[in-house]
This record gives sequence, structure tokens and C-alpha cells, in this order.
Amino acid sequence: MTRVNDVMLLAASRAGGEVVPARAQMATTLGFHIILACLGIALPAIVLLAEFIGLRRRDETAMRLARHWSQAMGVLVAVGAVTGTVLSFEMGLLWPGLMRAYGAVLGFPFGVEGIFFFLEAIFAGIYLWGWRRLPGWAHWWSGVPIALSGVLGAISVIAVNSWMNTPGGFTQQDGQITAVKVWQVFFNHAAAYEMPHMILAAYMVTGFTVAGVYAAGILRGRRDRYHQAGFALGFVPAAVLTPVQIFVGDTAARAIAADQPVKFAAMEYVARTSRQVPEWLGGVYVNRRVYGGLKIPDMDSLLVGFGPGTQVTGWDTVPPAQRPPVVWLIHLCFDVMVGLGFGLLLIGLWALAAWWWRRRLPAQRVFWAAAAASGAAAIMAMECGWVVTEVGRQPWVVYRLQTTAAAATANGGVIASLTLVIVGYAVLGAATIVILRMLARRWRRGEAAEAAVPYGPRPVRTGEPASRPKS
Amino acid sequence: MTAADVVGGILLAGITLYAVLGGADFGGGLWDLLAGPGPRHLAPRVLIDDSITPVWEANHVWLVFDLVIFWTAFPHAFAAVMTTLAVPLWLAAAGIVLRGAGFAFRKELTEVRWRRVTGITFALSSLVTPFFMGTVIGAIATGAVPANASHASLAAWTSATALLSGFLFVAACGYLAAVYLVGEAARRGDRRMRAYFTRRAQAAAILAGALSLATLAALHGSNPALYDQLTGRALPLVVLAGVCGLAVVTLLAAGRLTGIRGIAALGVAAVIWGWGVAQYSVLLPGTAVTLSNAGAPDDTLVAIIVLVIVALLLIGPAFILLYRLQSRRLLGTDEAATLPAAVPADPPEPRASHDARKPQAS
Repeated sequence: MTRVNDVMLLAASRAGGEVVPARAQMATTLGFHIILACLGIALPAIVLLAEFIGLRRRDETAMRLARHWSQAMGVLVAVGAVTGTVLSFEMGLLWPGLMRAYGAVLGFPFGVEGIFFFLEAIFAGIYLWGWRRLPGWAHWWSGVPIALSGVLGAISVIAVNSWMNTPGGFTQQDGQITAVKVWQVFFNHAAAYEMPHMILAAYMVTGFTVAGVYAAGILRGRRDRYHQAGFALGFVPAAVLTPVQIFVGDTAARAIAADQPVKFAAMEYVARTSRQVPEWLGGVYVNRRVYGGLKIPDMDSLLVGFGPGTQVTGWDTVPPAQRPPVVWLIHLCFDVMVGLGFGLLLIGLWALAAWWWRRRLPAQRVFWAAAAASGAAAIMAMECGWVVTEVGRQPWVVYRLQTTAAAATANGGVIASLTLVIVGYAVLGAATIVILRMLARRWRRGEAAEAAVPYGPRPVRTGEPASRPKS
Repeated sequence: MTAADVVGGILLAGITLYAVLGGADFGGGLWDLLAGPGPRHLAPRVLIDDSITPVWEANHVWLVFDLVIFWTAFPHAFAAVMTTLAVPLWLAAAGIVLRGAGFAFRKELTEVRWRRVTGITFALSSLVTPFFMGTVIGAIATGAVPANASHASLAAWTSATALLSGFLFVAACGYLAAVYLVGEAARRGDRRMRAYFTRRAQAAAILAGALSLATLAALHGSNPALYDQLTGRALPLVVLAGVCGLAVVTLLAAGRLTGIRGIAALGVAAVIWGWGVAQYSVLLPGTAVTLSNAGAPDDTLVAIIVLVIVALLLIGPAFILLYRLQSRRLLGTDEAATLPAAVPADPPEPRASHDARKPQAS
């Protein structure tokens, strides 16, 4: 969801002052929040799908899944909302230079996002807590705005990030913004590929994560209909969207070769502008050499322009100070993202093949082990993608207009807040996972355990209706 | 009136809504903290939890909305505030995370020990955020934020005025929450809780009133110009705030609850608008930064105004729906409660398959 309040200014290191800890902190908080953001964007749709099947076919299992996921969503939405708010604070606390110079420009998409954040939070309040008293279909409809505003809110936030990559839509005189064309800011050039790429990523992360949880259960021998259905409801949408994502990602990479050639050069180890550029799979670039990679001749030129003679711009076109740091990190993250994307595609194809020939999901343990890992793989791929685009944009925060160093706060003590953030988020993340696992155990036991608890509110029981609501 | 003035008004309205809606949720945490340990003190906790649960996230969004309006419309002032007051703002953000997480986690836990830990986290952090937000507003009002701030300042938010303002915010949150909870208890016919929160609402009202006067007195020393306006052109609002506070205390004593929540909220709103009117058109007192020269061109300001109109059309009805469902007790997890008369007597449309089904193992 929610709280998708994030601009993606990220990690890696270089330069002096507070830039390094500020970037590390932004990377930590954003890298954490983005997982919850993905779940916020896509989980409502998957829960609604389950509830739809439950209502339409009077399917108890689907309904039970919807209720359980809704309860988990309650926890995730809360953590997502608050960690997203932290990012709003950090926009000013870590990057006052950016806000001072460009707040009037990049504020508009954030304002649009604000509307969707409101709708999401309001209808989440109705949907998550309306299970007992709202009539079935009315309850289902109350969830629809959450799913829609999750996507639209994410689009608004991505508008900001893509604007940072391809800024435009404003005029500036003597450092002052004098005119802003807000829709040009919103629908900037990179938005066309960043928006679908991230929305698809969110659906893949969520779908594979949900599927992964149930695949792990199936691996442990819980092969009942509940687990099969839980797996399928997450896996099918995610697997169907995977080839679409690969197509969008490929298009995006080609667009980046044109929009941000230096970033692209870092992604593909293109040191000098040339033709017949090879594609490096893996490998570490140190001292002007690539160690340990697999070299495919002419492949990069082919991918960029569909012919080996295509010229690809190298990072030699800009002075060293304007090149991104740690090129090998960018390249390896890019390769990991693409590799995991194809791995996820293979898992989907495997399931498809089994369904095609045998009308059932694969029986091999390897499949279920891979499926259990698919959630983590999707998250990893998504995080790597953010490292590529964010570190790849360095040293700029607003491409070719403002350096990250100029945007960062001059306040000392970011190291202190960074330390606290790392410790705090580690605890928060661990607690979230522990609580979700605890919920899962309770669902399996049929939640007989909670009697009166003498502290705090009544135990939550959205998971199972103990009895029909009285009237 | 310029576009910047309109957006300034929008920002102040956003702050007001955050204060009277989000503030009450923080105040709930205060009363949870003061409820005392153990089973005897379960009732207030349950009431607080029931009334906060479905709405706190939506109320919380006003803060994000306010931050966005602030940085979009007045980016120079925003950067100055975020730089100078970095420490209290970090602490407020930490409070927000801990409050939300603690509250959401506590519901799902069944072990008393962990409920205590998360409950105390929720309750304590509910004090932290309003307090530090209060010091931030206090620091701005005293003119402690320079226009071209480059470093955080400890002195800016530890002045007597800023600290008093922090305590005032906590008291005001507790006051709003207690008044709302009186109404909630009354609607449930819970006499004990009604009396319980009536006493607390009155105490909080007196404390908040005293702190308001103390803050005003401190302002006399720290920012005489603002003080003069508060006792000058903003005086009607200051008086309105006082009248509302006294009215709430009196009505509570008389046991008349009609409209009392609105009056309490109006009182808090009058304080905020009193500050706004007194300070107008200066954005950062003590500097030359005003609403109109704080950074954004007219295009941006007009876009914000249009956006806010669209927002009101979309989220206004949604909020009304949320609050109505909440007040009819159609939201929540409490199965023992009876449905209100407003709802048709027949049971909700059967989600038959699973509602009629026997619970798995209980």
C-alpha cells in the first residue's frame, strides 16, 4: 500500500559529508518499505480474488484464505503506513537541498499520491474490520478501492522517481522554479516504462510471496485443498505476469540506453562508446578489466539496436566525477534481477507444462522447493532493480541537474540515526514475520487458544467466525 | 488574497484535521498508558482499542498530506524547518512507527507478556509524537527557525515556549480522546466508562487550558509580536477556544453530551487558527519568509488548490462512510456486541458457506 510514500534515492557510497550515511539510511528505510509497498499494492487484489471466488462459488476454502490474508494484511498495512511516513519525513530530514530546489516540482505527484493513500487507508479501515457485520458483496466492494488506489498511488510515487531520472516540465531561473507544468512532471519520459515495471514487480512480489508460503507448507506435507488453493491464488497471477514483466524490463533497458546512457553503460560494462559491444554475464569490473564473467560477443549491441553494428554509449562520454560509483554492484544487481526474472519464468512454464499434459501441478519436490523460494527471489529481484536504477543514477539525485551531495543534509549525526534505523527496522521486520508466523500457526490450530487475555483489547478473531453474528 | 494565502489556509486546515482526528488517536494511547495494569483495567483499554482500530490509519494520512502540501507549496520554509528541527522530527517519526506497529501487533498477540510489551510501546509512543510535534510548532512560533538553516539546533526546540507547547499538545490529545471516549461509552450504554472518561476529560481540559495560558505567557517573552497579534486580531479565536473548553467542562459536569465532541474539536481548532491568524502572513516568524515568497510558483499553488478540491470530493464521502460505519458499530471484531437499531433486524446477507459453517476446532 500504502504507504507507498517513497521516492527512490538510494544506496552505495562515495563522496564526503553526510551523503554516505544519508544514502545508506534512505536505502535501508526504502528497501524495507518497498516490500510492504508491494504487498500494499497487490495483496488487496489477491485477497479480493479469493473472496470473490468464495462468494461466487460459495467456496469455504477460498473464503477462509481471504479472511486469513485480510488479517495478515491488517498487520502489513499498519507497518507499511508507518514506514511510508518515515520516508515522507526523510524527504526533508535527509534531502533538504532537493526539497528546497525542487519541492515545488516533485510535490505535485506526491499530492496525487496523498489522495490515493487516503482512499486506501479509509477503505482498508472498512474492509479489514468489516468482515463480521457487512453483507458479503458490500464487503467485497469496500475492498475494491484499496486495490485500485494501491496501483494509482504507486503510479504517483513512481512519477516522482522517474522524474528524477528524466526531469522536465518546469522552468528555472537563477535557481528559482518559475513555472511548472504539473502533468508533464507527472507523465515524464521515464514514467512510461518505470510505472508498468514497478506495478508488475509489485504483483510478482506479492503473488510469489503468497505462493511461496503455501509451497513451503506443501513441501512439509500439507497437501490439502487449503494449501493448494492458497498457492494457486498467488502463483497464477504472478506467473502469468512474469513474461509481461520481462518484455517491459527489456523495453525499459533499451529506453535507459537512450535516456541515461551512463547508467546503461554501468549496467552492461560499456567502458568505451563502440559498436559490436559484448554482453557480460556476471563478472566483476576492477581496474578496467572484467574478472570472471561470461562474455557473449556482440550481444549487447544486438539487444540495444537489434544489430551487431549498433553503437552503444560508454561511460567514457562523461568525466569520471559524473560516473556512478561501484559499477560492479550495478552490473551484478542487474544480472541478478534479470536472472531471477528468467528463473521465475521457468517455474511458471514448468507449472504450465504439467497442467497442460497432466492437468495437475508438478509432483516433483524440486518444483515445490523452487516455488517456496520464489517469493524471496521476486523480492530480491525487485530490490536489485532499485539498486540498479538508484545507484546507476549517481552522482545525481535529479539527473544532470542536482547532485546527491548537494541534496543531502549538512546535519551531523546521520550515523546515529542510521544506526538506530537499522536496529529499529531489524526488530520491526523480525516482529512482523514472527507475528505472521504466529497467526499462521493459530489458523492451523483453528484458533481455539485465545481465551480472555487480561491486558489490551479482545483477541482478534477475523480468521474464523466463532459463531454466526447475532442480530 | 493570493494563491499562496489559499494554500496556507489549506495547510492550516490540514493541520487542524490532523490535530482533532489523529490527535485523538494519540490521546487514546495516553489513556491506555494511564489505565493501570492488569485485568481490572481492561474495560478502558478495550473501549480505546475499539474506537481507534478502524480509523487511525485514515486519520494518520492527514500528517502525510500536510507534509506534502508543506514541501510542495513552501519548499524553502520546509527545508529550513526540517533542517533546524531535525532532532524532534526524528523523534516524532520514531514515535509514529512505534505507535502504529505496537498498536497493530498487540491485537494479534495472545500472550500477556508480549501484549504488555507492545501495549506499552503503543502507549508511550503515543505521547512521544504529539510532544515533539508540539515542540516543533512551538519552535516555529517563537521564531527559532532561520530562513537559511544549515544545521540542526537544540536551543530552537528546548525553549520554555517550545517545551510548554509540547506538553500542551499531549494534554490536548488526551483531552480530545477523553471527550470522544465519553461519547463512545455513552452510546454503548456503559455507565462506568462514561463516568471514568468524564473525570479524565475534565482533568485534561483543565490541564490543557492551563498549559495554553502558560504557553501564551511564555510567548509574551519569546515572540512579543506574535503575542500581540494573539491578543489583538486573533483574540476572538483565543476567546472562542477558552469558551469551548469551559463549555465542555460544564456540559460534562451536567451530563449533557449532545454536540460535546464537536465543541471540544472546535476549541482545539480555534487554538490552531488563532496561531495561524496571529502569524499571517509570516511563515517563519523572525525571518522574511512569508507565505508568498517561500518557494513555489503560482502554477504549483494552483495545482495544489485543484488537487485539494478533487481530494475533498473523493475522500470526503469516503471519510463520512467510514465514520458512519464505525459509529454504527459495523466495523470491528467484537462479536458479542449487539447490532444497533439503525441496522435492519435480519442478519447480514449470508456469506452462507462459511458463516453457517461450524468453526474448525473450537
